[in-house]
Amino acid sequence: MLIPSRTETGSARVRAAKLGGQTMDPYNASESTPRQSATSGLKDYFIGATPLQRRLESVRKQVSVLPTPSRRKIPQCSQLQEDVDPQKVAFLLHKQWTLYSLTPLYKFSYTNLKEYSRLLSAFIAAEKQKGLAVEVGEDFNIKVIFSTLLGMKGTQRDPEAFLVQILSKSQNREGKVLWTGWFCCIFGDSLLETVSEDFTCLPLFLANGAESNTAIIGTWFQKTFDCYFSPLAINAFNLSWMAAMWTACKMDHYMATTEFFWSVPCSPQSLDISYAIHPEDAKALWDSVHKTPGEVTQEEVDLFMDCLYSHFHRHFKIHLSATRLIRVSTPVASAHTNGKIKILCHKYLIGVLAYLTELAIFQIE
Amino acid sequence: MFLYRTYTVMSPQKRVKNSQAQKRTSQGRNTYQTSLSAWKVKEKPSDSNIWKQNPVEAHEHVDDQAEDTLQMAVGYFEKGPIKTSQRKNTILEKHLKTVENVAWINGLAPETIDILLNVALSGKFGNAINTRILKCMIPTTLISEDSVVKAISWLCVGKCSGNTKVLFYRWLVAMFDFIDHKEQINLLYGFFFASLQDDALCPYVCHLLYLLTKKDNVKPFRVRKLLDLQAKMGMQPHLQALLSLYKFFAPTLISVSLPIRKKIYFKNSKDLWDSAVLAVRLRNHGHFSEPLKLTLVPVDLHPLKRKWNSHSVIPKLNSGSYTKGHGKKEMSLSDHLSCNRSLPLEQLQSFPLLLQNIHCLELPSQMGSVLNSSLLLHYINCVRDESLLLRLYHWLSQILQEECIWYKMNDYEHGKKFTNFLDTIIRAECFLQEGFYSCEAFLYKSIPLWDGLCCRSQFLQLVSWIPFSSFSEVKPLLFDHLAQLFFTSTIYFKCSVLHSLKELLQNWLLWLSMDIHMKPTMSSPLETTLGGSMNSVATLIHYVGWLSTTAMRLENNSTFLLHFVLDFYKKVCDIYINHDLPLVVLLPPGIFYASLLSLDTSILNQLCYIMHRYHKNLIAAKKNELVQKAKSEFSFSSKTCQQFNHYLTTMVGCLWTSKPFEKGISIDPKILEKSGVVKFKNSLNIVHHPSLLSYAATFVLQESPEERTINMSSIQGKKWNWYLDYLFSEGLQGLKFFIRSSIHHSSVP
Repeated sequence: MLIPSRTETGSARVRAAKLGGQTMDPYNASESTPRQSATSGLKDYFIGATPLQRRLESVRKQVSVLPTPSRRKIPQCSQLQEDVDPQKVAFLLHKQWTLYSLTPLYKFSYTNLKEYSRLLSAFIAAEKQKGLAVEVGEDFNIKVIFSTLLGMKGTQRDPEAFLVQILSKSQNREGKVLWTGWFCCIFGDSLLETVSEDFTCLPLFLANGAESNTAIIGTWFQKTFDCYFSPLAINAFNLSWMAAMWTACKMDHYMATTEFFWSVPCSPQSLDISYAIHPEDAKALWDSVHKTPGEVTQEEVDLFMDCLYSHFHRHFKIHLSATRLIRVSTPVASAHTNGKIKILCHKYLIGVLAYLTELAIFQIE
Repeated sequence: MFLYRTYTVMSPQKRVKNSQAQKRTSQGRNTYQTSLSAWKVKEKPSDSNIWKQNPVEAHEHVDDQAEDTLQMAVGYFEKGPIKTSQRKNTILEKHLKTVENVAWINGLAPETIDILLNVALSGKFGNAINTRILKCMIPTTLISEDSVVKAISWLCVGKCSGNTKVLFYRWLVAMFDFIDHKEQINLLYGFFFASLQDDALCPYVCHLLYLLTKKDNVKPFRVRKLLDLQAKMGMQPHLQALLSLYKFFAPTLISVSLPIRKKIYFKNSKDLWDSAVLAVRLRNHGHFSEPLKLTLVPVDLHPLKRKWNSHSVIPKLNSGSYTKGHGKKEMSLSDHLSCNRSLPLEQLQSFPLLLQNIHCLELPSQMGSVLNSSLLLHYINCVRDESLLLRLYHWLSQILQEECIWYKMNDYEHGKKFTNFLDTIIRAECFLQEGFYSCEAFLYKSIPLWDGLCCRSQFLQLVSWIPFSSFSEVKPLLFDHLAQLFFTSTIYFKCSVLHSLKELLQNWLLWLSMDIHMKPTMSSPLETTLGGSMNSVATLIHYVGWLSTTAMRLENNSTFLLHFVLDFYKKVCDIYINHDLPLVVLLPPGIFYASLLSLDTSILNQLCYIMHRYHKNLIAAKKNELVQKAKSEFSFSSKTCQQFNHYLTTMVGCLWTSKPFEKGISIDPKILEKSGVVKFKNSLNIVHHPSLLSYAATFVLQESPEERTINMSSIQGKKWNWYLDYLFSEGLQGLKFFIRSSIHHSSVP
């Protein structure tokens, strides 16, 4: 554990960590405005309205009421997940994924995946050898595979997730995976309601591999399906939620430790504070603050984090709440504020993705 | 980059222009000559008037002579070289000179070009002569397609040398725009394509094909052939250009990504004829506008190392042809053989073209690109396709969020980029006369964080383009935040906000008046009744009233601010008549009295005008109410009328009858005594009103310049009327309207 040489923290800045890094959140500046009744009448106006107006309504709602729900379900093992090919699931676990939010894909069709892989591989080949034209369908030294991830969904309404892989093609052995990306939507109802059938909503995109490949493939998707990728950063507020929700998950046995990272802004280099706890201790702490069965509330999240803070303060006299939470690792999954995650436990895969989908949808609204 | 391509064949508009041009040229000449054969029969040096190249020319005689010699020269070349003649070379030289001179000065008629092309390519003369002839094949206005086809047929015979062939192709490319039709030439596409094999010809043939290629010329076997060539010859710029054109027509067959560095893809074949081509264009002026150009900027200008979304905010316009073949599992050959008649966007260059193809337009693959194309904005304005708008919505929301500067605290350079982007959006909104929902959503998210400085003008313009909706819904999300900034910022900011709110009101009114008159059943989702809509507008006006009253207090009744406030009410007072909407909202007392007692004449004048318009509107509303009392769903509250009457009485009291504030306001006599204005009643009329006093003084001085003391009270009776005329002549039109409409002349004091 690192301890900073100087600690210039004050109790006046308690809760700063929660708001820090949330520059995109409009509520920092305006929490005092009463907004509860703002959308009361809108619902009535919008009956039978067009998707566009439904979108606007959802934005208004999003802006006017609290940004995120104040209670969420503790991730459960999903029934649908049973259908997912275990090999594919294993492939998705223990890898670091960079998160992106993605606006709905226009005129995407699951029946054309073959055609897409042909086009995309020609596109990649053309991009890689700038200026040299290539024929679509030609044999390149790479191979692009589109495949669906059957069952990777929260509800039946969620569109099927799919996986894109780029394999190197060498003569003697079967290809090495160069790049992987997958698109999914877990409990995306709020988004699904606001688009017409021309669109496929897969708001969460996860990529593993060279950034330059992500760029090429992203560009192709943007051009082909008129969608838009944005990097999905996770702010400290959402990281604390993850910490609480993932600690709350029941585990048969713990494989990894629970660890938090805080960043102390100081020059010339920022200082990171790491705080590791045995996952069983973390669970015990959670159980002591947890009241509502099956759910996590905002109060519980705050209390959980506060307990950690005060414990740390008692030992090191450092107010962690004045620093910025940048990373959370639990036995279920780990997440970094820069939008990189790793999912460790296959049981709670869907649960983790559900929350990430929620964040992605929030970003594209 | 100088890569361009003329879509003459595909654009019907241009074809019309061409044939018109041809008609014109031939009309100009047909009195002298009907056809080539007619000329051939009469081929004699004495028939001077047959060859009148330019009938308008003043120096007819000189011209005639020139025509004669040209005719002789052409005749000479047509017959072929005369053997054995000793004078052969000198004669040949003389005739060549003649042709060259005429060609470079006036250009050659289509018929002459026809003959001489034949001569040059048939190999009757030597190489040097052929070259010289080809070099001077400069049309007066046009070249007939037939001559070109005939010339091409000579290429097959193999009578001309490689150099001549090259020169011919270069000539063809340079003169491409002057060929009257291209259908026949296009039929020879396969022939040209086969000529690509010839290494020497390849660059020029590529260029020609680049100009000639239509969508139906792009076939899988040709794609393969080109790729073979590429494999053989490597990355040649001319091949790249043709390949990228092929990719543009058939993205499902071929993929290419052009290098970032700019390159000139074709060596300029026009070099030889630069000045000549310019001259022809000048001659054709009016018939040819600037040739339609498709600038083929390297398709993707984003280096991989840079952030991938950041190369350019607005995507390039690209037809959505990618998605075309997606319906079928395999691209069948017939897909490519059957020529699709839809018009790719890259070729959409003019409004008439849009009108002709509006039913078969390929929409852009990335909807965001419409922001840069006014033609497509026209299109999305009339096609109310929901998914089209949704695509735009999603894209724009994300871009706004991602580009917004204070979300990422970025450098100045980026700030400028963002400002430019907002300007583009605002331009599009103005063009469409409609706001984008994504901008509204963006404002909801960003106004609470806005410092009121950054991109101020753009933000306030975005506010004025908020689509019509229920004001009470929007207020807490937006206007409450704006109000905080409003009250704490400078007077200039206040004025800008008031101005943009005026624009907002105007946009809403226009939208409503259109909406009500076009669709009486109201498909508007926001408000189900007219009353509801009016209510929203009324709330907006009351809100601005509240803002301005408070602002007036904060800014010590600033005249400058008051101008902007009254500007707003100038819109408000005329809603009933101008927009035919049943709404009359008066200005608040804080504004009314401040304007009435202002020291600034123009403010008073403006107020008078506004009161005059209120008067008109209320009378019109009352009248209408009487006519359709039963039907009218909306009735003006009697309170509005009472309030107006009260204002009116006060104004008349202050400006005319010198009986101000008879009712309502009572002033403590002690205060009046203190101020020394005991006879305050007489102090407020059109003569003594503080803002008009200087006018009165000037008037009196004009009447009697030698007077030592100015006696204002002398303005009475007849003089009063003269004084009025004087005021009106000074440009106080508002006052004039007000007095004419509200004061009966019997009451002259």
